[in-house]
Amino acid sequence: MANKIPRVAVREQDAKVRATNFEEVCYGYNLEEAQLEASRCLNCKNPRCVAACPVNINIPTFISHLVAGDLRKASDVILEDSSLPSICGRVCPQENQCEGSCILGIKGEPVAIGKLERFVGDWCLDNDAESVAKAEANGHKVAVVGSGPAGLACASDLAKMGYEVTVFEALHKLGGVLVYGIPEFRLPKEKIVAREIDTLKKLGVKFETDVVVGRTITIDALMEDEGFDAVFIGSGAGLPRFMGIEGENLNGVVSANEFLTRANLMRAYDEEYDTPIYVGKRVVVVGGGNVAMDAVRTAKRLGAEAIIVYRRSEAELPARREEVHHAKEEGIEFRMLTNPTSVIGDERGWVKGLNCVEMELGEPDESCRRSPVEKAGSDFTVECDVVIMALGTSPNPLLKRTTEGLETNRRGCIVASEDGVTSREGVFAGGDAVTGAATVILAMGAGRKAAKAIDEYIKSK
Amino acid sequence: MFKIVEKSLLAENIYKLRIEAPRVAQSALPGQFVIVRVDEQGERVPLTIADYDKAEGTVTIVIQTIGASTKKLCALNEGDSIADFAGPLGNPSEFVHLPEEELRSRRYLFVAGGVGTAPVYPQVKWLYEHGVKADVIIGAKTASMLIYTEEMAKVANLYVATDDGSYGFHGLVTAKIKDLIENEGKHYDECVAIGPMIMMKFVTLTTREYSLPTTVSLNALMVDGTGMCGACRVSVGGKTYFTCVDGPEFDGHQVDFDEAMRRQSMYRSQEAQANEKHNHKCNCF
Repeated sequence: MANKIPRVAVREQDAKVRATNFEEVCYGYNLEEAQLEASRCLNCKNPRCVAACPVNINIPTFISHLVAGDLRKASDVILEDSSLPSICGRVCPQENQCEGSCILGIKGEPVAIGKLERFVGDWCLDNDAESVAKAEANGHKVAVVGSGPAGLACASDLAKMGYEVTVFEALHKLGGVLVYGIPEFRLPKEKIVAREIDTLKKLGVKFETDVVVGRTITIDALMEDEGFDAVFIGSGAGLPRFMGIEGENLNGVVSANEFLTRANLMRAYDEEYDTPIYVGKRVVVVGGGNVAMDAVRTAKRLGAEAIIVYRRSEAELPARREEVHHAKEEGIEFRMLTNPTSVIGDERGWVKGLNCVEMELGEPDESCRRSPVEKAGSDFTVECDVVIMALGTSPNPLLKRTTEGLETNRRGCIVASEDGVTSREGVFAGGDAVTGAATVILAMGAGRKAAKAIDEYIKSK
Repeated sequence: MFKIVEKSLLAENIYKLRIEAPRVAQSALPGQFVIVRVDEQGERVPLTIADYDKAEGTVTIVIQTIGASTKKLCALNEGDSIADFAGPLGNPSEFVHLPEEELRSRRYLFVAGGVGTAPVYPQVKWLYEHGVKADVIIGAKTASMLIYTEEMAKVANLYVATDDGSYGFHGLVTAKIKDLIENEGKHYDECVAIGPMIMMKFVTLTTREYSLPTTVSLNALMVDGTGMCGACRVSVGGKTYFTCVDGPEFDGHQVDFDEAMRRQSMYRSQEAQANEKHNHKCNCF
């Protein structure tokens, strides 16, 4: 009676302690815990979890290998469809994907698929179990723009097929959003991200940092002068949005991207590093997604009183449920159905408060979420000295501006087919650069599909 | 890693470094900047390009030591390497896109202040190589703070103004602009001002009197320099722009300089602390 076992709780750092450090919140399962949790899986004949996974990982099969204690086989099954299991196991919104469709979840708690994936992924990193064979070099060169999840996945697959792959990264550090965006306490940089990248280096993938494709070198020059047969664009969606309200350029208003980049990439919280960060005493983060949660929890860890302001209700928060739960445990204040109307500053031009208005939910909008409507006369002010805008991001216009014939849509996203084919021959794209801000797993999946399409394109030439 | 192939002291606390960066040198155009990170702990510092040599694969930057990272950078010597050198970033100066004929008919006045003289040089040099000899005013507090006068004199009609009159025209650059237009009967189609924010603000106030279109290059705060952080937001004509991807050059008559100067001061207190920490660690100066 496998389903009589309750979901195995995962060990975590104590909320009070972790709210003052940047170490990982969740410790993950050990083998015994993982096998017990894995034993809850019913191994459904028509597994709904597989269909709900954006890259269709064969979940029941990897879980059954885990139950049997064959971790190599379990990891091989995952690696067939995912190249970044220890990352996706940590950051995927499982409640809307695999776990959200688990049969056990109808009456009780679903199998902790994410935590099991993480366990297997970490085992794989620890045991260097990348068992996938690498094909012989085929003499073709492919350039990958961006070292985030889409680029890494694409590079990994192409390298395994025998291509000579060079990944160009604009920043000084590899990993894209995994490094500048997602904080250490959710995704350890050295322990996980750097090791995933090392795996690629072992496959022979070359990396060049400080190369801003579009500026340092154009896509055309890569193909014409440097002999790349194809280019994959996985440059993400890095441009932060602002609200366009009064007072947004006051000192103390920053984008979540800036705040997180200072903390994560530039390590401003570490005394040894020179980059400054302005945290203030009372921080308001505007937004309800994962980035908002990351920013507010980072502010808390840096010693501020930290508040989330979101215009819809808690049910509509787009963040992973686990992050909301963790944020609450850490003492983050949530002010739902609240929308900022202007930022107020002191006589020196620094933030001293955020004017807001209460909202109520009306009819569902095109995102199928009930759209918030202002309650007349409900204006009030939240006192604060820092406002962080976490309202989403759009793709950088640089590649569009510098690559003739590269088609983009009205939101600035590159137009590409399911397989990543763009309007320019030999140029493929995937991930947030195509979809706008989405998830790590979708970007990874797009990178892999594009790798396949690139292989077919080059072979057919 | 990017090697320093040449280093020289131009004036007190102002250094010139020539860096081996073939990819950047290949693509660089006047008006663009680079992001420099001296070592693993360093900040990403935006610096305007002072010169580039495609054949040698080198890019020259001029740095005034102000913060912890710029001090560390200037403490390095020829043969040493810096961790990161990314660019060229930002848009090139608009005149590089003009048809040759139109370009040659235009009369340019460049106003350079302090360390901002360095990024003026590649612009004036580019124009000179394309058949346009511009007028250039270099301003400094005093004669010993002047930089790039010899190089500039080779490619432009040079006027020097010092606040204390120790060299050239006695007075501010704005007084020299008036002098050129009113007393020497000069006529210009465009003014380009690069220097401290306060100087650029007053240059634009002066040129407005003559309805002289004026371009300024803003040295806003930046983290990544590629459009990701939005720290470099600037109000131009009532709209918000990112200096790194929309600039760094803007219509000076539309820029909200008071806001830009206030925003520049955002991290001043933290920078002072980092500076102290750094001074405590080594005695490079």
